[in-house]
Amino acid sequence: MASLKDLRNRIASVKATQKITKAMQMVAAAKLRRAQEAAEAARPYSERMGAVLANITQAIGDGGDAPALMRGTGKDDVHLLIVCTAERGLCGGFNSQIARLAREHIRRLLSDGKQVKIICVGKKGYDILRRDYGSLVLERVDLREVKTLGFGNADAIARKVINLFNQDGFDVCTLFYSQFKSVISQIPTAQQIIPAAQASAAADTGNGAGGAVYEYEPEPGEILSDLIPRNIAVQIFRALLENAAGEMGAKMSAMDNATRNAGDMINKLSITYNRQRQAQITKELIEIISGAEAL
Amino acid sequence: MAEAFKFELVSPERLLVSEQVEFVVIPGVDGEMTVLAQHAPVMTMIKPGVVTVKTAAGAEERYVVFGGFADILPSGCTLLAESATHVNDIDRADIARRIQEAREDAADAKDDEARAKAEQFLSQLTTLEGALLPA
Repeated sequence: MASLKDLRNRIASVKATQKITKAMQMVAAAKLRRAQEAAEAARPYSERMGAVLANITQAIGDGGDAPALMRGTGKDDVHLLIVCTAERGLCGGFNSQIARLAREHIRRLLSDGKQVKIICVGKKGYDILRRDYGSLVLERVDLREVKTLGFGNADAIARKVINLFNQDGFDVCTLFYSQFKSVISQIPTAQQIIPAAQASAAADTGNGAGGAVYEYEPEPGEILSDLIPRNIAVQIFRALLENAAGEMGAKMSAMDNATRNAGDMINKLSITYNRQRQAQITKELIEIISGAEAL
Repeated sequence: MAEAFKFELVSPERLLVSEQVEFVVIPGVDGEMTVLAQHAPVMTMIKPGVVTVKTAAGAEERYVVFGGFADILPSGCTLLAESATHVNDIDRADIARRIQEAREDAADAKDDEARAKAEQFLSQLTTLEGALLPA
């Protein structure tokens, strides 16, 4: 049985922990709001981009002059996975969910005899995947120093991916990230970004502007060859923003749970502490009374 | 007064402008163009330059954009800029940095095509700097 002093120390330390988790929760809540705003502000761009892309694809039709990034290489042998996770832990199952999805995907591809390459964005995903597939990781992108995610960050990653593609580094590229549904629910998602043909085919049914006959300045092919890389950057940017919002949401609920747990623990410990103190007082009283009776 | 139409200027980070305007001047790759309402559908790439917006209310705003796309329809115009800033908020150091980067790109371009592209971009940037700095 722990002594009264031990209990007191224990309660004090749990209280200190609770203060920390509470502070982290509040920080996460504030950051979540900002991340959510950023994600919302970025939405119009990616929507318009989708519409423009759909229009231009229609104009080009299925002709052979679509750039390779859109058509793909026609093969399906080497897969590149971009796994976007958070830089920091303490956010519940957020990182491991994404990593699990990626790992299942990798296992399936490997068992089909495909070659797999991985780019890790964020430290946590790398830490998890390193154990099983460390040799497959081409590169890890560190965004820890980045305070506010800019388009430049995504653009840099996209440029790396496109360079690799141009050097015949891979055939299919899939992006793993967590879709931000709400504060308590983030859905790990795999999205194929290269070849992009399927993705844009889905987009062009949604837009009413289709059907207009455009003039192009310069040629559609040239525009498209500039637009597709940009679209990849936009997709990555969106994934990063969704991830940032999701991470903060997950962190907020994880820290909320931790704070509540600490509260429960403090209650339990205080009850034990009070009982023990009362027991000691009773014991002392009995000693005094029986001492007095003996006289 | 000329007929107004809907103009939107979006950068990946945010939606900068979304309002009824009288005309917009866009720095297209093949030269500047002024867009009025009922313009024929055009899709054009944009070089770094200044976008001038005359709102329906009569105010004239200027934005600096660094490349992107314009999607012009009779009903409206959407400008997808790689990066866009209001002319009042433009930071000289930022332009200087971009020019520096473009210079480096041009220097370590691998083939002639890439070099020509980088140099073209660089010259567009320096023109832009020249246009902005005395202001």
